[in-house]
Amino acid sequence: MNHKRLHEWIVSLPSLFWMVAFFAVPTLLVFALSFRPADTLGGIGAGWTLQTWSHLSNPNYPSIIWRTIWISLAATVICILLALPCAYAMARAPVRWRAILTTLIILPFWTNFLIRVFAWRQLLHPNGPLKQILVSIGIITPDTLLLYNSGAVLLVSVYSFLPFAILPIYAAAEKFDFSLLEAARDLGARSMRAFISVFIPGIRRGLISAALMVFIPALGSYVIPDLVGGPTSELLGNKIAQRTFFDRNLPHASALSALLAAGVLIPLALLALAMRKRPNERGGVGSDRKKS
Amino acid sequence: MSAFVSFKNVTKRFETLTAVDNVSLDIEKGEVFSLLGPSGCGKTTLLRMLAGLETPDSGRVILDGQDITNLPPNLRRVHTIFQNYALFPHMTVWDNIAFPLRVARYPKQEIARRVKGILELIRLGDHDYKYPSQISGGQKQRVAIARALVDQPQVLLLDEPLAALDLKLRQHMLLELDLIHDKVGITFLYVTHDQGEAMSLSDRIAVMNNGRIEQIDPPAKIYEAPRSSFVAAFIGDTNFLQGHVTSISHDYCNLAIVGLTSSVKSYNDKAIRAGSMVHLSVRPEKIHIAKTPPEFKDDLADKINLFSGVVEDIVYQGSHTKYWVKVGAHRIVTNMPHMRFQLDQEEITWGDSVALWWHADDAFMLEQFHATDAALIDPPAQYEEDVEIFRGTGNEP
Repeated sequence: MNHKRLHEWIVSLPSLFWMVAFFAVPTLLVFALSFRPADTLGGIGAGWTLQTWSHLSNPNYPSIIWRTIWISLAATVICILLALPCAYAMARAPVRWRAILTTLIILPFWTNFLIRVFAWRQLLHPNGPLKQILVSIGIITPDTLLLYNSGAVLLVSVYSFLPFAILPIYAAAEKFDFSLLEAARDLGARSMRAFISVFIPGIRRGLISAALMVFIPALGSYVIPDLVGGPTSELLGNKIAQRTFFDRNLPHASALSALLAAGVLIPLALLALAMRKRPNERGGVGSDRKKS
Repeated sequence: MSAFVSFKNVTKRFETLTAVDNVSLDIEKGEVFSLLGPSGCGKTTLLRMLAGLETPDSGRVILDGQDITNLPPNLRRVHTIFQNYALFPHMTVWDNIAFPLRVARYPKQEIARRVKGILELIRLGDHDYKYPSQISGGQKQRVAIARALVDQPQVLLLDEPLAALDLKLRQHMLLELDLIHDKVGITFLYVTHDQGEAMSLSDRIAVMNNGRIEQIDPPAKIYEAPRSSFVAAFIGDTNFLQGHVTSISHDYCNLAIVGLTSSVKSYNDKAIRAGSMVHLSVRPEKIHIAKTPPEFKDDLADKINLFSGVVEDIVYQGSHTKYWVKVGAHRIVTNMPHMRFQLDQEEITWGDSVALWWHADDAFMLEQFHATDAALIDPPAQYEEDVEIFRGTGNEP
């Protein structure tokens, strides 16, 4: 190992320790716990068992897992579609405006997350202002329910996670060389084509971060479906909470958590592996040369 | 026949700054036309208006008989080579060059054929799979050229294309651009602040200053017969001598120059009247310098302006040496190339008394003169003999 490598190792040691102690070990503990039996008092029994995992075949779970995935995916897609024009406009704004706009994006965080979700409950409530307005302009009928369904969970998820999508995309867009868009226009591309063929690939890394920043918390979200969702819009997070607090079955909760963690970590590991395999390539599109 | 590209009374303002001020100019088909001027003179804005990346506040832009003033850039068959090349970093060389063909929906075989052809022209066939980050500056430059030429635009715009390259590569690319122009025959509009590039490449040059055009002429005429003091000072180096016309005889006139005791004879191409104020510009390389002047024959002696002065400064510049000579109230700058026979002559050093002379045909009178332009000529810093900073600081024992 040469001197430079040694130096790199020493510098990254604190963060490595942190990740091992507070991320890797707890995750492994959760995995391990899911193979232990539960005792009747809500603690951990002695010995090892596969029983908990076989309980996951409970017929309720597939629909809950499916709902968790589609709401998370939908929230991710909607957040990115909303964040793209925001981030683009912010990056093109005059420099003195950018700080103000960034502050405005962060501003909601000054209010507690729970309070903001509660506020949505008031807005969407059958007697709430939003409902009244929508009924009065005739968009919905008085008996339409805005609250306690998957739609409400999706809406509030998008609201909550939008800043996490805007910020990484903005960070990438700010570094983007906008003269490339001019070059694309100059070479005959319409604005939309230039945006899709040049801007989107240019901020690819920001888009990937944004997708992860929305998708991962959305998968594990618990407060939002608990407060604005109904019994038909429970997500995996709610089930884990139920198993922990009401059933006091820690191994079962651990198995569900492990499932969730695996669902996030395995695609991420594959992504990292795929990126590593082509160190020279920076994305790219198919070449006509190969087809001809 | 009307011009291929026409700017008609074009004006463009950015907030309070008038970047382009009522400019009209015509470019012929197949011509290499340069816009030359210092940074901020409006040359790039003019180019961007032809590309469609800026819209003029007033005036029209005409291309091949069609008014394109408000046409978006993608609908103009005009491509630009940007100063930073603006290659798409996520696309290979091949994909970069194919980009204009793809957006124009050329058939696949046609794209492959054309990209292949142009890769041969720029001799980068072996690098087509590489990304812009993996090739050198000169190669990026050639890819940018290929990308802009591949769908045969009506005009190729070059915005300081060589500014990012080092001197040798710049000279090489200049020749290459010339060859490419000979091959494709497309009209080139070349924007640069480098007079050398403009001179060696252009059919005609428009010298710009403060958003206006000072002169449009072929390179030799720009250099040999500048109309304004700005053109004379910006292109090459020169001496300005202010005076008035005392008498006129045939094609020549005699000038009384402020700060010089004897009169100066100059060729009179401007139909100037006796008594008018004039500014004379004499290029340094037209002025000869020697310790003792040669004998001039009768008819030649009549047209030689001969002065004596004292050498104040000497700068060796490789191909020639530059002398600043105090003549009367003037510091006259002169260049002398090094030639073998001159080695026989006595060497000139600081403080020497020398003779300076130039032929009456080698100086020209300017139509416009602005005192600020004289500052463009770089005089060596003049220090008093005993400058304060070179004295002791007082801390010495």
